[in-house]
Amino acid sequence: MTPAGKPLVEVRNLVKHFPITRGVIRQKKVGAVKAVDDVTFDVISGETLGIVGETGCGKSTTARLIVRLLEATSGEVRFEGEDITKKKGAELKALRREMQMIFQDPYSSLNPRKTIGSIIAEPYAIHGLEKGEGARKKRVQDLMDMVGLNPEHYNRYPHEFSGGQRQRIGVARALALEPKLLVADEPVSALDVSIQAQVLNMLRRLQADLGLTVIFIAHDLSVVRHMCDRVAVMYIGKIVELAPGESLYGFPRHPYTGALLSAVPVPDPVGAHRKRELLTGDVPSPANPPSACRFHTRCPKAQHICSETEPPLVDKGGGTVAACHYPLTREEADSRLPAALTAAAP
Amino acid sequence: MSARESLLEVDNLKVEFHTDDGVVYAVDGVSYSIRPGTTLGIVGESGSGKSVSALTTLGLTRGKRTRVSGRILFEGRDLLTLPDDELREIRGDDIAMIFQDPLSSLHPFYKVGYQLMEAVLMHRSVSKAAARDRAIDLLELVGIPDPHRRVDSYPHEFSGGMRQRAMIAMALANEPKLLIADEPTTALDVTVQAQILALLEDLQQRLGMAVIIITHDLGVVAEIADEIAVMYAGRIIEHASSERIFATPQHPYTWGLLKSIPRLDTPRSEDLVPISGRPPSLINRPSGCHFHPRCPYVRDGHKRVDPKLEPVPGEFGHEVACLLPAPLRKQIWQGLQAGRTPDELRRLVDDKPAPEAVAAAQPADEAGA
Repeated sequence: MTPAGKPLVEVRNLVKHFPITRGVIRQKKVGAVKAVDDVTFDVISGETLGIVGETGCGKSTTARLIVRLLEATSGEVRFEGEDITKKKGAELKALRREMQMIFQDPYSSLNPRKTIGSIIAEPYAIHGLEKGEGARKKRVQDLMDMVGLNPEHYNRYPHEFSGGQRQRIGVARALALEPKLLVADEPVSALDVSIQAQVLNMLRRLQADLGLTVIFIAHDLSVVRHMCDRVAVMYIGKIVELAPGESLYGFPRHPYTGALLSAVPVPDPVGAHRKRELLTGDVPSPANPPSACRFHTRCPKAQHICSETEPPLVDKGGGTVAACHYPLTREEADSRLPAALTAAAP
Repeated sequence: MSARESLLEVDNLKVEFHTDDGVVYAVDGVSYSIRPGTTLGIVGESGSGKSVSALTTLGLTRGKRTRVSGRILFEGRDLLTLPDDELREIRGDDIAMIFQDPLSSLHPFYKVGYQLMEAVLMHRSVSKAAARDRAIDLLELVGIPDPHRRVDSYPHEFSGGMRQRAMIAMALANEPKLLIADEPTTALDVTVQAQILALLEDLQQRLGMAVIIITHDLGVVAEIADEIAVMYAGRIIEHASSERIFATPQHPYTWGLLKSIPRLDTPRSEDLVPISGRPPSLINRPSGCHFHPRCPYVRDGHKRVDPKLEPVPGEFGHEVACLLPAPLRKQIWQGLQAGRTPDELRRLVDDKPAPEAVAAAQPADEAGA
């Protein structure tokens, strides 16, 4: 699809292979985990793009490649039109101001020996901004206020805060440099249900207020639906479907997306008894992925061609691109979804 | 449905841990019963006491600094007073448990088959060869492909979903009458979670066992539980059939849980309604209703009076521990369903001072203090 608006990030044929080595001194490469294997997509300025998939599908690796926490094996990541995969030194440091990340685990991503004030002020120290003591403190307290923390808690330590509050600290730190891109990697998975909603509402509000572009990674499809404008579904290192939220959740085209949606438990014992499509077996290893379409080993619709020719990611209508030879029909999609979703479909 | 028919009956269970920081009231007067072949879901957040209540059933919280009181009757025998060796005979035989993290509950040094055989040999006097056959049957039962070969695998050779299947196989080794599953799918991906839940349901039907499933995920209990108990700060605050809990929930905490999760079957534009604050410390619990500091509909009296779990008028088998009058609760839930915020609905609570509630609050003051 060609979404309206200018892309902030353009990912082109991005590949990341982690080598599998044998031997201690002369490490011989015996294979590779194909964590991300030829992924192409855009992130439009001001949107929230969700990336969903199961453990090991490459969603976190993709995010880390975009913010250059990992080096790509090949391919390009363009940020505001410029390839950033080769940037070094001062250029890279300047780039880091534009893109920030929030992590899953609010316990291990904050230094326990620093006060909240100095944790949130650290980006200023690194980049030499807000040099005056008073000005910096003022900025930090404004940030704390913005994410719903009491600015008076400036001198407290991380252990004095609950999980949800720590996640707010992580968000304040990420927003300190006013980045254009925020990458949130499973930001609420470690939180209790009643606290999740607080953090999700805050992220949604901040995104609207600050006009942030967000890449939101999660395994929980309901959370992604709530947060994201467009959603990419990954399976063993590949994007299998990319669509606007309403289309993806209203009319999934790839059988894997259908299976994922069908597997989500719905908290409604009456509506829960829809037809369940259970995938058999486990996700194959990304070190040795199946040939051609990687989903063919578990796909209920697989034909001979699926193990021979890899389906390209092509337009399937309604803004959806999917990589499938035999995409789901309307009836097949409906049978996999909770009734309320199909009613709302475009 | 009399108490005689119930397989497990927990009566006023209290579990206290005496720690250096003070007494942790982990479970505080919990009662429930479960009939053969049915599924009870216990829902709550971290620290609500849901796991401790189940662990205590199997005597797994026994210790010098633990005080346990109440009764846990299993087929008429009180598990709390049973000596350790007799309890060990029941554990893994009549009552089995599966835990959240399958990697840390399987021994990494031993083959999966050996660990399954161990579970059989512990309770049955059969030959090793027969136990091995049983292990293979069990792996097949839980849907592990190629069980003849897999019986000789080590846990690290299994994926997360397969490990959880192996754990279930181990729990089923002696065809238990009661299976306690503590967050059995929390560590798993959605598609694997769906597989495991379907497996549990299928096995329950085939073997006729009762299941207690402990989880924080309302979606999971909606899928498989017949009855649901919602726990908060060591107590059951609402208990009803699964249909009732979702159709006519009565407790503000249950409303909060239902409204704070994004769901696939509600419009996306609907804002989440978080529960403010955070779960209380079980050492210094709030006075009165333990939920009052987080409750949007709190009245002054609620800070002093401790609500009891009482039947909801007109709803058979539905119990709730809430001081708000039933008609008002109904009105608020309808308001929430219509998309109104707790702040707007708060007015309903303030407008009507409800003299009967205040009057009822007075004599109970001393008891609550």
